[in-house]
Amino acid sequence: MTNKTVLHAKHLEAGAKMVDFYGWDMPINYGSQIEEHHAVRTDAGMFDVSHMTIVDVKGADAQAFLRKLVINDVAKLDVAGKALYTGMCNHEGGVIDDLIVYFFTNTDYRLVVNSATRVKDLAWIAEQSAGFDVTVTERPEFAMIAVQGPQAKAKVATLLNAEQTAAVECMKPFFSAQAGDLFIATTGYTGENGYEIALPADQAADLWQQLLDAGVKPCGLGARDTLRLEAGMNLYGLDMDESVSPLAANMAWTISWEPEDRNFNGREVIAAQRAAGDQPKLVGLVLEEKGVLRTGLKVITAEGEGIITSGTFSPTLGHSIAMARVPRSVKLGDTVEVEMRKKLVKVQVIKPSFVRNGKKVF
Amino acid sequence: MSNIPSELKYATSHEWVRNEGNGVVTIGITEHAQDLLGDMVFVELPDVGDAVSTGDDVAVAESVKAASDIYAPVSGEVIEVNEELEDSPELVNSDAFGGGWLFKLKIEDEGELDSLLDAEGYANSIDED
Repeated sequence: MTNKTVLHAKHLEAGAKMVDFYGWDMPINYGSQIEEHHAVRTDAGMFDVSHMTIVDVKGADAQAFLRKLVINDVAKLDVAGKALYTGMCNHEGGVIDDLIVYFFTNTDYRLVVNSATRVKDLAWIAEQSAGFDVTVTERPEFAMIAVQGPQAKAKVATLLNAEQTAAVECMKPFFSAQAGDLFIATTGYTGENGYEIALPADQAADLWQQLLDAGVKPCGLGARDTLRLEAGMNLYGLDMDESVSPLAANMAWTISWEPEDRNFNGREVIAAQRAAGDQPKLVGLVLEEKGVLRTGLKVITAEGEGIITSGTFSPTLGHSIAMARVPRSVKLGDTVEVEMRKKLVKVQVIKPSFVRNGKKVF
Repeated sequence: MSNIPSELKYATSHEWVRNEGNGVVTIGITEHAQDLLGDMVFVELPDVGDAVSTGDDVAVAESVKAASDIYAPVSGEVIEVNEELEDSPELVNSDAFGGGWLFKLKIEDEGELDSLLDAEGYANSIDED
């Protein structure tokens, strides 16, 4: 059975080309995914992300539970509304999913996890919560719209009432606020400013239409992928999965090693990997000649072989970029080779971040 | 249903062929093909002067989604390529049967054109996909 978000009819109305995305009938584009990409980099675009899974974690042990569940330390969060990007690992140190944790109080948190991993995430969270005084509640009654781009906030502002305007005023990046019916967060998956807005499903079509009328361009999963890759953001299932350590997925920065007695899932294994320095690493690749680096292509380096985890054409840069998992001894600035359509092409190794706020960053 | 002009000939591998007369044909990919591929980002074309045989992979249409080989629907010599595609590969998307043409061949045997599909035959072939 195919799931449909509450905005499905709006997508069809806008002429979207729909594809199956892990059981959800979702827009891949509304004509040209490159035009949608440019709209987000230069103006404002919006994405239906209602398929993503919102999970509220509440209770006396909510903080203690999350300090075990995720690799970053939620005890660092002390300002209501603050968001934290991190990963959830199994006992073998593999990444079950990446997620954002929103902090309200020490007994009240919201998680947003991927839709493709929804079933296993919920099962894992339920299993791991045994013995903790917490309630875990999925919130399928919410739809979610991401509005992204340099003009995104200004365009959303034209639709807000006084109470909502006050709530989002001066909101820093990676924060959230409940403003009436809208849960508004300054998070996103594009490398641009903007909001992710969760709201009751029955209000979503109206907000979508108001955003359209305000000149926000609807964008599909195609543009979402090129935008996130330019921003150097991981995609679960491609750049990491349960067989991959966060150390091998450019997620070391999301691990909090202090305090030493916080026993998060996978800690022992990941700490040993860190001490041994034996994990590969995720780097960025740049191809300036013609051609497009694609997922699964082999990377040949003097230090051994690697593999492209995500590759695409970068509409902002006009050439191909990729993320690749390569031996740890490969250095930034190195030139390595990729086997592409029966020939070897030279690519440059950089940090996995290509475009932020509309500008090249390497 | 995408547009399939009746005056053109087609290959099942989604190339179209326009007979320009005097043994010259223009070749491109169909609207249906560009729709499957999505936004075009690079088009690799053959060199003028290349001799190509029916079924040879002679060009590559690379889109955001995939790189796709383009086959010579008939045999002949490449006499012109669409240089505009170097800077504007999106012409293949926006004007597949016009400004998005790929290359022109001087064909050896005009009889080969008869073995290609007509619009109806091509429409049937993509219905079966």
